Amino acid sequence: MSTAMSQNRGLGAAIWDYLTTVDHKKIAHLYLVAGGLFFLIGGLEAMLIRIQLMRPDNDFISAGLYNEMITMHGTTMIFLAAMPLIFALMNAVVPLQIGARDVAFPFLNSLGFWLFLFGGILLNVSWFTGGAPDAGWTNYAPLSTTSAGHGVDYYVMGLQISGAGTLIGGINFLVTIVNMRAPGMTYMRMPLFSWASFVTSALILFAFPALTVGLFLMMFDRMFGSVFFDTAAGGNAIIWEHLFWIFGHPEVYILILPLFGAFSDIFSTFSKKRLFGYSAMVFATVLIGFLGFMVWAHHMFTVGMGPIANSIFAVATMAIAVPTGIKIFNWMFTMWGGNIRMTSAMLWSVAFIPSFTIGGMTGVMLAAAAADYQYHDTYFVVGHFHYVIVGGVVFGLFASLHYWWPKMFGKVLNEKLGKLAFWPFFIGFHLTFFIQHFLGLMGMPRRYWVFLEGQGLETGNIISTAGAFLMAIGTIIFLVNVVYTSVKTEKVSGDPWDGRTLEWSIPSPPPHYNFVQTPLVRGLDPLWVEKSEGKKGMTPAEPLGDIHMPNASILPFMMSLGLFIAGFGFIYQVDDKGWLALVFIGMGITLGSMLIRSLKDDLGHHIHKADLEKDIEKGAGK
Amino acid sequence: MANHSNMTQQQDEFVKKQHKEEMKQQVISFALMILFTFIAFGMVILDIGSIFLIPTLLLLAVVQVLFQLYYFMHMKNKGHDMVAVMMYGGLGVAILTIITFTTIIWW
Amino acid sequence: MSHEDVLNPKQMPHDPEKATLEGKNKFLAFWFFLGGETVLFASLFGTYLALNRSTSGENTPEHLFGLELVFIMTMLLLTSSLTSVYAMYHMKNNDFRKMQLWLGITVALGLAFLGFEIYEFVHYIHEYEFTFRSSAFGSAFYTLVGFHGGHVLFGLSWIVALMIRNSKRGLNLYNAPKFYIASLYWHFIDVVWVFIFTVVYLMGVV
Repeated sequence: MSTAMSQNRGLGAAIWDYLTTVDHKKIAHLYLVAGGLFFLIGGLEAMLIRIQLMRPDNDFISAGLYNEMITMHGTTMIFLAAMPLIFALMNAVVPLQIGARDVAFPFLNSLGFWLFLFGGILLNVSWFTGGAPDAGWTNYAPLSTTSAGHGVDYYVMGLQISGAGTLIGGINFLVTIVNMRAPGMTYMRMPLFSWASFVTSALILFAFPALTVGLFLMMFDRMFGSVFFDTAAGGNAIIWEHLFWIFGHPEVYILILPLFGAFSDIFSTFSKKRLFGYSAMVFATVLIGFLGFMVWAHHMFTVGMGPIANSIFAVATMAIAVPTGIKIFNWMFTMWGGNIRMTSAMLWSVAFIPSFTIGGMTGVMLAAAAADYQYHDTYFVVGHFHYVIVGGVVFGLFASLHYWWPKMFGKVLNEKLGKLAFWPFFIGFHLTFFIQHFLGLMGMPRRYWVFLEGQGLETGNIISTAGAFLMAIGTIIFLVNVVYTSVKTEKVSGDPWDGRTLEWSIPSPPPHYNFVQTPLVRGLDPLWVEKSEGKKGMTPAEPLGDIHMPNASILPFMMSLGLFIAGFGFIYQVDDKGWLALVFIGMGITLGSMLIRSLKDDLGHHIHKADLEKDIEKGAGK
Repeated sequence: MANHSNMTQQQDEFVKKQHKEEMKQQVISFALMILFTFIAFGMVILDIGSIFLIPTLLLLAVVQVLFQLYYFMHMKNKGHDMVAVMMYGGLGVAILTIITFTTIIWW
Repeated sequence: MSHEDVLNPKQMPHDPEKATLEGKNKFLAFWFFLGGETVLFASLFGTYLALNRSTSGENTPEHLFGLELVFIMTMLLLTSSLTSVYAMYHMKNNDFRKMQLWLGITVALGLAFLGFEIYEFVHYIHEYEFTFRSSAFGSAFYTLVGFHGGHVLFGLSWIVALMIRNSKRGLNLYNAPKFYIASLYWHFIDVVWVFIFTVVYLMGVV
């Protein structure tokens, strides 16, 4: 059915195809495009912040708008750019790396994407309806509960919807990795990216429910008159802070771990060496995930939790430097003595090591609770977390995109343009954020709309703004590269990098069913094992036969659309109860779609052996 | 062929017997759960003013829940390793959360 | 052999809920989801424990809670947990009619529980003017117990939908996992209730 449709089709059919797709490779495209767009929006917000802080007493944007900018920059970058881009990579790569034909729940995979997208759109609609959220991305009460207008309501509903999507995605990848591995792909033979995706998904599973509850309480306080965070009525504002950071700290490991995994694969491939200390790397990944849940209160040292609590969380935080250090050394030992190729992917990865290490060092500085009283809420903190998030996550995303672009789209990104994008971004990044540590130590507080003249903050801020422009230039060159590549370059083979793992054993982009025959895995770096024995590809683990594939469905889109509509109803019923109609309509659409999904059998379809043989003639096998 | 179906029949009976055995255990655990509930309510209604009262109530609840998880929800059966990992993972975060909310929120 | 035949074998396997890959996936995913739900309810319990002394006026836990009602509700839910175990027992023995019967009893017990809960809330609101908005304790109490009640309602709708949908065609390998995870959900609801009656009600009146 779907193969017949994919032959002569117009634009409308292509759009319908993407709206209903349950194919993990197409969902990866959707995540990439949506996440990329939000990344640009978040970047634009960052530029406006830096222009405002270019000189003392600037009045480029108003104070209120500035608050909206910082809030939306943080929220967008974390929830709507970094998370979906990571899900794009996980969708594109994990099933291929473990030798699966699809994820465990293709339908839920699609639902996860549409929930994220509609949540993100809902959040950004606030710009046009009287003001975006303005209580910071951490949305602390009582600032958030007393914020006028509907901005914070959009924050609550938008994140609630997209958070549900993330949770669904996390469970999906957990089950995929546990149940869908190819024969012989034991846990200790999984590529590091798959391992990291597994740990990240577990973190999502345990971290996001805390955010869900926090957002519900915030919603009840703002929209339904409860008093959780209202101290006048016996409420307690610290509850929000704890719930937010019980989620929020694991969240930063959710962001960085998959890219640690990606770097491991990239270093190994481009050094032509097996990853140094594979089992130590796995252990360190799990340990970081585990410790990630015990450190959240280091964001709250100045709240007044008492010296005992502060000490415990300080020590636990510093402990995370140990497994992270293991990783840093193992990456360097992987490169040591290797046959290194400095491709764009490798360039980003190599640049990541010192950049991230600086962020890690300032992290240990911040973990010292007593010293944190000085650093807290200054630009030192801003410098620190941008060093780990840009120097780690964004560098990682660029590296991964260069590395897996051929697998996703069948074309290699232009290497010259890739390197041309790297240098301004890399230099700009250090210019922007390194100086911010010193601005912070000089006493410049974060989240302030203006700084004053004559306090020695001018030079640092203008350097920082100049760096931000360089980063923007780097990003634009990358986009040019994407456009240039998609119109120009010729298609590549399935294995452009002389890869080591399973995804490189199949064509680029892979056929709809990924593997004609499920491969038999005979060791770590399975493709390399076969290559070193002189074979061209993987040994199949099964005879050629019919392949069972899931059916496409519009229901995930409808479910998410329903929640999107209901979101508006919840936000505006405060003003006029008539808006509750939207809640009923929206929830009706969502619950109705769920009922249809539950009642209507979806048995999937088969791709027949004869069709597969035709595909093999065209080259799908190798 | 006949031999084969005979085998499966025997196997079938064996499995049914196993199910029955399991059901017996489940009824016993149900009886214990009811008993624990009675003890818990009884201790509170009879107003036993002991410092051990609240720990005992919590202990009874935990044991009940373990019965529920291991017998009613079959976590004792094989094939539940990953299930146990994720349930205990969730439980770990849950315990940390509860400790936090009873100790370091200002009062 | 078509997919239809695969899902309707001549002889049902002994663990029909885990006989197909889809079934295995559902089984595992649902357990993982329950792991996440554990954190969700822990956050609600934590909030409740942080706020349960922030009462206003006379409406304290000791004053409000009546243990007789809670005891009846506990017995109802506990028994419904056992009846759903019976339903799964018959599912494993491939006895569809008996499974439906026991699920029906489970639903009836669940409905009774929900009825008592609604009665309890209405009683508090009308007799004591104790509402969601009257104090932080009120907000936390209704949110925690209400979230549980919402789970009961969702579980009931889910089980009823499955019973109606499959009433004519009986058990097969496609719907067996669905019945099984619905029963897991039902047990989990009981797990949460055990802590609610202990922490909220019993410890509330001590």
